Amino acid sequence: MIRDQGLASKLWRFAVWALAGLFVLNLIGVMAAVVMNSFARRWLGTWLPAGWTTRWYFDAWSEFQLSSVVLVTFQVVFAVVLISGMIGVITAYALARRDFPGKRAVILLFLLPLLIPPLTYGIPLATVLYQIGLGGSFWGVVLINLVPSLPFVILVMIPFIEQIDPRIEAAARVFGAGTGSLFLRILLPLLLPGMLAALLLVLVRTIAMFELTFLIAGPTSQTLVVALYYAVFASGVRASQSIDAMAVVYMVTTLFWLVLALQFVSPTQIVARAKQQQAS
Amino acid sequence: MNRPSLRLRLAARGFDATTLLVLPGLAVMLALFVYPFAYGIVDSLMPREGAWYANYTRFFTDRFQFATIGATLWLALPVTIVNMALALPIAFRVRLMSRQRLLTTILVLPITLGTVFVADGLLTFLGPQGWFNRALILVGLLDAPVKLTNNYWGVFASLLITGFPFAFLLTLSYVTGIDPAIEQAAATLGAGPRQRFFRVFLPLLVPGLAVTFCLAFVQAFAVFPSAVLLGAPAGPTRVISIAAYQAAFEQYDHSMGSAIAIIMGLVELVVVVAVLGLRTLFYRGPAGGTKG
Repeated sequence: MIRDQGLASKLWRFAVWALAGLFVLNLIGVMAAVVMNSFARRWLGTWLPAGWTTRWYFDAWSEFQLSSVVLVTFQVVFAVVLISGMIGVITAYALARRDFPGKRAVILLFLLPLLIPPLTYGIPLATVLYQIGLGGSFWGVVLINLVPSLPFVILVMIPFIEQIDPRIEAAARVFGAGTGSLFLRILLPLLLPGMLAALLLVLVRTIAMFELTFLIAGPTSQTLVVALYYAVFASGVRASQSIDAMAVVYMVTTLFWLVLALQFVSPTQIVARAKQQQAS
Repeated sequence: MNRPSLRLRLAARGFDATTLLVLPGLAVMLALFVYPFAYGIVDSLMPREGAWYANYTRFFTDRFQFATIGATLWLALPVTIVNMALALPIAFRVRLMSRQRLLTTILVLPITLGTVFVADGLLTFLGPQGWFNRALILVGLLDAPVKLTNNYWGVFASLLITGFPFAFLLTLSYVTGIDPAIEQAAATLGAGPRQRFFRVFLPLLVPGLAVTFCLAFVQAFAVFPSAVLLGAPAGPTRVISIAAYQAAFEQYDHSMGSAIAIIMGLVELVVVVAVLGLRTLFYRGPAGGTKG
């Protein structure tokens, strides 16, 4: 790598690092403010809270009925992950292995939900779901969340499947493997790392998916992020510490899965869908 | 000689049992995306009262509604430009780092936590007694706290916190995709840092930057929760997604809601097409060394 030694270069380098450092500092400040406030006895007009307590967590847990909200969140997220995973891997397999007329149009169809703002397709979809009686229900939330997650799984899986040599499958056929055992004993073990990565990414994204869930969720089908939105929206009603305690619960839930996901994927993969777009 | 069977002819064109595996995914998309989208377009053309285009004329003649387009663009465009302007030089520095993982992990946090959490945090952090104002007063840049929440700047800050990492990580993946040998060749031939950036890197990066700009813009344009929580949702940060949501779920006029949602998609499309169109003006021949 080339490193320039001139004074201007050094100044420029310093300025860039200072900017990056400032950003990270502010980012950590935002998150630390939430965590600190959730443990604060009282926090008014000082750098640090006046005292520490954990009672806000008990308050928030009962006030916001977090046990049922957390349960619903996991049910929704795992249903979305399972359904989009099963259908997505099957579809990605076909798209990776076969060239057929109209393939480009099909891939474009799977790209669109990632490019259009969620509310643009979310409002008509929510209207349809309300009309067939799924509004406010568990399955309504699951269905609306499938729209961005299924394409995401497919677009992550296509390059992964493409790099598996098709001759391995052919060889298995030659040695007499049926479709069932070909899938179970050859493909599945090879696909597992990619599937794990794709599904963990979908999981993290679905926990944080606010816009779509918000449109359709009813009182019994709220996920954590929607409950958090309502709490912040009506922030005069409850103690701010109680709301922040809930935010910390949400943060810990998300970070747990993020840390798990980062064992299998690099952080850039969480956003880098542009690469797949170019490949198509 | 007999013609090959239908099955063989289809297989030759790429249609066989494996191709059919595409059907379940396609069916889900048709049912949950294409049908509702078409339904929304038709629905928006069947207003509660008036002619078929009544929703659209209502939107464009009502200043309160029409102004949301300007308010959204006035937020989304500056934020996206600032994010890109920060992301590019920082990505160029980070490219030289040997251990990027810690930084990228920290930066991926706000993206995964989402705008609702960031908005909640910023309400405390940017508030009149928050650490941001306190730090600026401590340093001596300010005499009294400035109001940064429940106005334009609150939403701007939230879009910066979630949007910069997004733009940065995408830019980084493009920047690291350029072969370092190209830069070394330019340096060997006597190009200074500025020349290397403007004459070598930038032309290679323009396609990638255009895509990054579009994706970052789409995110900023769709701003919704933070505009409500951190902004002034009745005033300067009444963005178009708030207008669409209110029409559909507060006034229960799903026809109007669909109409605004479609206008939102169209405005965004205009910007994206314009940016991608500008890109072709810059593009000169194959940009070897990258995906091109």
